[in-house]
Amino acid sequence: MATTETGPRFARLHGRFERRAIRFAFAILVVLSAGGLVEIAPLFALENTVEKVQGMRPYTPLELAGRGVYIREGCYVCHSQQIRPFRDEVERYGPYSLAAESMYDHPFQWGSKRTGPDLARVGNKYSDDWHVRHLMDPRDVVPASIMPSYAFLASRPLPVDRIERLLRAHRTVGVPYSEEHLANARADLLAQADPEADAAGLAQRYPKSQQRNFDGRPGLTEMDALVAYLQMLGTLAEFDWRRPEPEWVR
Amino acid sequence: MSATTVGADSQAVAEPAPDYDDHVVRLFILASVFWALVGMSMGVLIAAQMVWPGLNWEPWGTFGRLRPVHTSGVVFAFGGNAVIGTSLYCVQRTCRARLPGRFAAEFVFWGYQLFIVLAALGYVMGVTQSREYAEPEWLTDLWLAVVWLTYLGLFVGTLLKRREAHIYVANWYYLAFIVAVTILHVVNNLAVPLAWNESNSVSLFAGVQDAMTQWWYGHNAVGFFLTAGFLGIMYYYLPKQADAPIWSYRLSIISFWSLVFMYMWAGPHHLHYTSLPDWVQTLGMTFTIMLWMPSWASALNGFMTASGRWDRLRTDPVLRFMILAVVFYAVATFEGPFMGVRTVNGLSHYTEWTISHVHSGALGWNGFIVFGAIYYLVPRIWGRPGMYSRAALEWHFWLGLAGIMLYVTAMWGAGVMQGLMWRAYTSLGFLQYSFLDSVIAAKPYYAMRLLGGLLYLSGAVVMAWNVWRTVQEPREAPAPAVVPAE
Repeated sequence: MATTETGPRFARLHGRFERRAIRFAFAILVVLSAGGLVEIAPLFALENTVEKVQGMRPYTPLELAGRGVYIREGCYVCHSQQIRPFRDEVERYGPYSLAAESMYDHPFQWGSKRTGPDLARVGNKYSDDWHVRHLMDPRDVVPASIMPSYAFLASRPLPVDRIERLLRAHRTVGVPYSEEHLANARADLLAQADPEADAAGLAQRYPKSQQRNFDGRPGLTEMDALVAYLQMLGTLAEFDWRRPEPEWVR
Repeated sequence: MSATTVGADSQAVAEPAPDYDDHVVRLFILASVFWALVGMSMGVLIAAQMVWPGLNWEPWGTFGRLRPVHTSGVVFAFGGNAVIGTSLYCVQRTCRARLPGRFAAEFVFWGYQLFIVLAALGYVMGVTQSREYAEPEWLTDLWLAVVWLTYLGLFVGTLLKRREAHIYVANWYYLAFIVAVTILHVVNNLAVPLAWNESNSVSLFAGVQDAMTQWWYGHNAVGFFLTAGFLGIMYYYLPKQADAPIWSYRLSIISFWSLVFMYMWAGPHHLHYTSLPDWVQTLGMTFTIMLWMPSWASALNGFMTASGRWDRLRTDPVLRFMILAVVFYAVATFEGPFMGVRTVNGLSHYTEWTISHVHSGALGWNGFIVFGAIYYLVPRIWGRPGMYSRAALEWHFWLGLAGIMLYVTAMWGAGVMQGLMWRAYTSLGFLQYSFLDSVIAAKPYYAMRLLGGLLYLSGAVVMAWNVWRTVQEPREAPAPAVVPAE
C-alpha cells in the first residue's frame, strides 16, 4: 500500500478546502450540524415526547425552591431520576419513567450515575422524619452510607423573595404558570410549609400538593424545601402502567 | 515543516522566518501544568470522599459541589490550556505566520483563566446549571463565548496569513475543535436568567428535549474537546517527536471528515432505555458503532507514523508517552462503541464502568498525549537543550501508567459487579441484593481507585517539578544532569 500517495482528483477535490481557511471552517460547520438537527429538532413535535399525562402539574413554589437546592448541591451527580423499563428497576424503584414526568424540568435531572439509588419515585416512600435525619447525617439511619451530610440545610433560612422571579423565569421558558400562580407565589410557598395556614388556594392551584411542616422544626429552612421536593417526586402522574398507554394518556 | 530552517539560498533572505509569538504558548503550558495539579488533586479528594464520607466538608466541600471542580479542572483547565497552547504553537509553524493582533492572544489566555476561576468558584458556592461538563451559569458562559470567539479569530486569522499553500492536518482538527465547541457551547447553554443581577438561570428546554440537547453536548464535549483537539496534538507533535511524516494523507482526510460527521450523532447512547424515543436511541447506537472506524483510522495513522522507530520507545520517554496515548485512544474508542450498544449499556449505565471508560480515555489518551506534547514543547519554547531530568520523565511515565491500570481495572470491576448485583434474582424470584449491598461491595474498589489516582497525581507532581527546573535552568546550561531517583 502506498502510504502518502493520493490520486490527483482526490487531492484536487480536497485541495479546494484545505487551501481555503474560511471555506474549510464552513464545511466543518455544515458537516457537523446534521446529527444534532436530525436528532433534536423532531423531539419538539413528536407524539410520544410531547404527550400529556394525567396528574402532571407545574411544581409548587416550595417544591421548586427545593428543586433548586437539589440542583445546587449536585445531587444529580450520584442520584438518577430515570427508571428504565427493566424488571429489576421496576421492582426496585417503581414504574419506569415517562417523558411527560419531566416535562416541567428545566433543566432535566435524569442523572447519569447511581452512586446512590434512583430517586424518580422516592416521594412518600419514607417519612419526613427519615429524610431529615438522613440529610442531617446519612449514617445515622444507613450506617454503611457514603453520602455527605447536609445538616446545614436545617439552619439555613429559605430565601422567599426570589420565588416569584423563579416562577416567572419558568413561565418564560414555557411552564404554564398563570398570573394567579405568580401573584400567589410567595403566599403559596409560605402556606405549604405551615400546617396552620389556609391552603385552599394552594390545593386548588396545585392539586395533590402536600402541606405540612416538612422538617418538623420551627422556621422555614432549605431543609423544608428539599424534603417537600423529595416527597413529591414521582407522585404526580396518574397512570396504570400495567395497561396499554392510550387509557391514561390525555 | 521545519519552517525555521534558514538556508543559504536567496529565498530565505527574502523571506526570513517569522518571529513567532511563543510567549503566550509558554503561558498556556504553565497554566496547563498548574491546573493539572489542581484538577487531579480535586479528583483524588473526591475519590477519598467516597472511601471516607467524613471528608465531605459542608456546605462547600461536599462531593456534589467538588465533582464539577474536578471534571472542569482536568478537562477545561488542564486539557483546555494544553490544547489551546499547543494549537497556537502548531498553527504558527505550519502556516509560517505569526499570530495576528497584539493583544488577542494574551486576552484569550487571561480571559480563559478568568473563566476557569469563575466556574470553579461558582461550583463551590453552589452556582451551577447541573448540566454535566457545562455547569457554569449564564454570566460565565457569556464570558467564555467572548473568549472563545476571540480564539477562533486568532486561529483563523493565522490560517489566513499563512505562507503555505495547504492547511496542515493538525490544524483541521484544531479548527473542528474550535468550531464545534462554539456551536455546542451556545446551544446547550440557552437559558433564561432569573434577573440581570442573579447568577442563576432556567434552562430553555425541559425533560426529554433538554436531556437530548445536554447529551448531544456532553458526548461531543468528548468528541470535539477531548478527541478532535487532542488529535490535533497527535497530528503535529507525534510526527515531530518521531521525526517522520504522517503515514497516510488520504487516511487523514477520510478519518477527519467521518469523525466530524459521525460524532454529532452518537449522543443518544447516553440515554439508552430512558424516555427518549427508541428510534433516536437506535440512531445514536448505530453511529456509535460506526465511530469505531474513524477512531481506529486516526489511531492507525498515529501508530504507522512511528513505525520503523519502535526501538526508540526504550530510549525516548517522550515518544513513549505519545504512543501509549494512542494505545489508550484505540482501547477507549473500542470500549466506547461496545458500551454504546443498547443491551451492553443496560448493564454498564449508571455504574462505575462508565467511570472506568472515561478515565482510560482521559488519563491514558488525553493525559499522556498532553504530557508528551509538554515535554516536547518546554525545552523548545524556553530555549533549553532538553528537560532538566531524564529520570523524572521515566518516573512520571511509570507512575502514570501504574495509576491508570489500577484506576481502570478497579472501576471496571466495581462497575460490572454493580450492574450484575442490581439485576440479580434469587431462585424464588426476589431481588437478591438491596441497593446498599452494592454500595458496600464497591468500597474496596473505591479504595483501590484512590490509590490509582494518587499514583497518577504523583506522576503529575514529578512533571511539574521537572518543568519548573527546566524553566529555571540558566540559558547556557550544559547537558542536563541526571538526578538520582528517590
